[in-house]
Amino acid sequence: MISNIRTLWLVFKHAFRKRVTIQYPEEKAYLAPRYRGRIVLTRDPDGGERCVACYLCAVACPVDCIALDSAEDETGRRYPGMFRINFSRCIYCGFCEEACPTYAIQLVPDVEMAEYNRQNMVYEKEHLLIDGEGKYHGYNYYKVAGLAIGGKGKGEAENEDPPIDPRGLT
Amino acid sequence: MNPAIQSLLLIQGVLVGLLTLAGLLVWIERRLLALWQDRLGPNRCGPFGILIFVADGIKMITKEDWIPPGADKPVFILAPAIIVITALLSFTIIPLAPGIAILDLNIGILFFLALSSMGIYSTVLGGWASNNKYSLLGGLRMSAQMFSYEVFMGLSLMGVVILSGSLNLREIVEAQSGMWFVLPQFAGFLIFMVAGLAETHRLPFDMPEAESELIAGFHTEYSSMKFGMFFVGEYVGLTVISAIIVTLFFGGWQGPFLPPFVWFALKTLFFILFFILLRAALPRPRFDQLLAWGWKFILPLALLNLVVTGAIVLARAG
Repeated sequence: MISNIRTLWLVFKHAFRKRVTIQYPEEKAYLAPRYRGRIVLTRDPDGGERCVACYLCAVACPVDCIALDSAEDETGRRYPGMFRINFSRCIYCGFCEEACPTYAIQLVPDVEMAEYNRQNMVYEKEHLLIDGEGKYHGYNYYKVAGLAIGGKGKGEAENEDPPIDPRGLT
Repeated sequence: MNPAIQSLLLIQGVLVGLLTLAGLLVWIERRLLALWQDRLGPNRCGPFGILIFVADGIKMITKEDWIPPGADKPVFILAPAIIVITALLSFTIIPLAPGIAILDLNIGILFFLALSSMGIYSTVLGGWASNNKYSLLGGLRMSAQMFSYEVFMGLSLMGVVILSGSLNLREIVEAQSGMWFVLPQFAGFLIFMVAGLAETHRLPFDMPEAESELIAGFHTEYSSMKFGMFFVGEYVGLTVISAIIVTLFFGGWQGPFLPPFVWFALKTLFFILFFILLRAALPRPRFDQLLAWGWKFILPLALLNLVVTGAIVLARAG
């Protein structure tokens, strides 16, 4: 009986506590920088696409929501000709981000993607590609890769020495 | 003014007032529960969300009114009406202010007790007619709860009747001009409050509904406005119990400075809010505990209260 009365008093005191409700459209809940939300394709610091169309994200995706095909420009640089994510399937697991060797595909803290029409949940490359670098700054795959590509010869990448002729060593 | 027209106006006023209050209570309860749970509650629809009950009403009326196959159709339809009718009828005997009561009945308390027992038929019949085992269990629980709590609901009021020497609610209020009966009849007040809670099957005594055990108990199968009627009945019942407590134990309309009706309304509102606090704070007891507690603890207490009160009144008179 005493404990019941104490309960009443304790519950009554809650009337003067701070509210925990976040009034959503006006106030927004804090989303951590590494929150797994909307998927974007980022660009390198020079403004080129980071994606090299290696298909690893599509392979890693457990629900097969990523579809892409690769293309190559005249300098031999690979890029996705088409990149499509069906967000009505996506489970925001972040495996694609983990699989990506070039930091191209990233999950960003944005969850406001509701649509009335299911077809609008299918994002094409033009919807996915953003102008910035996303979470990883200053990384440019083709600048560090040991691949000879338009304007950059063998051995000219960052942290790379010129190629050595092993036979000349003897 | 013609007394007939006057009383018709009063009836109309009480009816509109009570039903509006029942609607408003939906909002008040949700806001208060939220308040005590550190939330905000419905605050979008109209100022402070007060129009939520209009929206709820429109939603209820436009929902599909479904009667399950195998249900006892006439009884199924009748059940929600009974609770509203009895709850509204039992409000007629309550004196709102000096000389303002729809019925100045010389057996007021008996009338109230009779109607509150009648109201139970609504849940029992509703549970029976639904042709659903959870509803039936809810109805059975309601009838068991009624049998055990009805007994001392009446007994707890007898102390007041002994002290005031009347069953008429107006005379009982007038007898409290010196001292509210809550002081000499504190045990009676507590017992009546518990019994009243059990009678209106509000939490923590909502065994017949018990969402976590019986889905929704007796109104599992009800939809649309029939479901709404059960809720109107519940909220009117809550108001009636609060009003009866105020009338019998807290001096009804009596109080200084403010007009009598304002006092009556304030006190009634206080008890309604207190019942909502009870709902927010207390867990639901187990059903056998509820019955055991009723028979083994409260019933002897009510009898003791009656005997002691009677003895004191007799000793004083003698």
